[in-house]
Amino acid sequence: MPRILFFALGLIGLVALPHALSFSQQEILVFLVINVLLVASYRLLTLTGEWSLGHVVIMGVGAYASALFSKNLGIYVPFAMLLGGMTSALLAVLLSFPLFRMKGFYFLIGSFAAGEIIRLLWKRFRDPFGGAKGIKGIEPMPDFSIGVYEFDFFEPISYYYMSGAVVVFCLWILWRIERSPVGLTFHAVHWQDKLAEASGVNLRAYRTLAFSIASGFAGLSGALLAHYVGTINPNSFDVEVMVFVLTWAIVGGTATFYGPILGCVVLTILNEIVLRELGFEQMRPLIYGAIMILSILFMPKGLESIVQRLTRRTPVAAPREKVAE
Amino acid sequence: MTKFLEIRGLTMRFGGLLAVDNLSFTVEHGQIHGLIGPNGAGKTTTFNMISGFYKPTSGKVLLRGEDISGLKTHEVARRGVVRTFQHSTLFAELTVLENALVGTHMPFRPNIFAAIIGWDKEDRIGAEARAREALEFFGLEHLAQERAGDLSHGHQRALGMAVAYASHPDVILLDEPFTGMNPEETRRMMGLMRALRDNGITLLLVEHDMQAIMGLCDTITCMSFGKFLAEGGPAEIRNHPAVIEAYLGGARHVA
Repeated sequence: MPRILFFALGLIGLVALPHALSFSQQEILVFLVINVLLVASYRLLTLTGEWSLGHVVIMGVGAYASALFSKNLGIYVPFAMLLGGMTSALLAVLLSFPLFRMKGFYFLIGSFAAGEIIRLLWKRFRDPFGGAKGIKGIEPMPDFSIGVYEFDFFEPISYYYMSGAVVVFCLWILWRIERSPVGLTFHAVHWQDKLAEASGVNLRAYRTLAFSIASGFAGLSGALLAHYVGTINPNSFDVEVMVFVLTWAIVGGTATFYGPILGCVVLTILNEIVLRELGFEQMRPLIYGAIMILSILFMPKGLESIVQRLTRRTPVAAPREKVAE
Repeated sequence: MTKFLEIRGLTMRFGGLLAVDNLSFTVEHGQIHGLIGPNGAGKTTTFNMISGFYKPTSGKVLLRGEDISGLKTHEVARRGVVRTFQHSTLFAELTVLENALVGTHMPFRPNIFAAIIGWDKEDRIGAEARAREALEFFGLEHLAQERAGDLSHGHQRALGMAVAYASHPDVILLDEPFTGMNPEETRRMMGLMRALRDNGITLLLVEHDMQAIMGLCDTITCMSFGKFLAEGGPAEIRNHPAVIEAYLGGARHVA
């Protein structure tokens, strides 16, 4: 019961949150929600032990695909977004053939190379990708009404609610996958691939499955981004953004489901709001880097380890409450 | 009549080294079959070829007449031949129960869509029941929620076998199951292996502990320098002149 209460309070908090923020902070909030999906999908890939440097480019594939589907083919935007996610997942299946001949460090470099090739293709082919300038004037999400609330996607609040609902649903799916026997098999592939294989696990299939699911959700987050900002170009998905994703995952920790999400939220608030308010406009990357180094030095298990330490006390307290009841 | 598990002319060459040379033997169904030989005789290489870790240079592994040599490990496993590992190869970060649950991967194949919607309740219950059954068989039930990496060595070896047993195998390949066990643990493990055989599971094991091998195996195959040397019951092998020479060294080996 208290868990449902906890989730309900969290939901109310998320619904009320944008009303307490300024317009520019609301915009940051939309990006934050999209990035939460990106980093949570990245975690699913890391479950199998593989770290990719191409995840942001895969997100870009979803963004480009969704933008082109809606612009050139006139597909209704929400469907274009779904198709964008599917395009990313399909591309991941294709990429898995060359990439999963490699493991560990080699996979990391291979995924980086694959991502750069995709980015070069966007730059090279003006038609349909728009070259280095990218795609402009992407169809916005069409306004609609659900009775109690009018979605006007010119307002960041509306886009926040829409993308927030999508992201919460996606996180629920990701969580279900992780807690299922499939998630256990991902863990098994990570910790002892030989023993997993001897237990009848098809390693290639499971690595590909994790890669394509993670890519699908990354593509969907890219599509959400594309239809919000209205313009995308190859540089929106370069390795600098990937470094941010890695930072969120590392600072947050990847041992738990909420770790990377926590890292993303905390670092975004720190970077965009606290440091901006303090007036460190030019020095933000410097301070951001210092925070990352400090957190690795003093918090090698990530922010999640702090949460775990705080919540570990509750099981001791819980039985006492039961006695009191 | 087709033989249950037949190794026919198996050869493995690593560059210039002939690790296994034209090895042939047959494992009868429902037996405990030992594979022995001095260090470097090629026992583990043979194991790796049967279980699909290595693709043999030439020769065949026939399971009920079907050629399984050169298949991938998981494909061999799906045909009922499951292996354990020399060292305590386990999912150290997972709990004991989760380790056994990975073992149930084959009988209860996970389905991602069913898992998301929640239509795999029966499978999950079945898989957990099977996992607990396997743990109970090896006396690990009380440790189900422990981290596998925290177990004692003997328990880790038992868990390795429980993971294999959980998958309902026809053949379990055991790679040095008694290494690092004290006599009491060895004795208990031997009892468990006999119980496995009585459940209709065929065991093929590589082992150095002669006392365990002689007390346990129905048939023993001895190899030396990659070649077949002798085969027979424990009493036969114990007194076989070629085996004694291979282990103790004949006069011509003394340099």
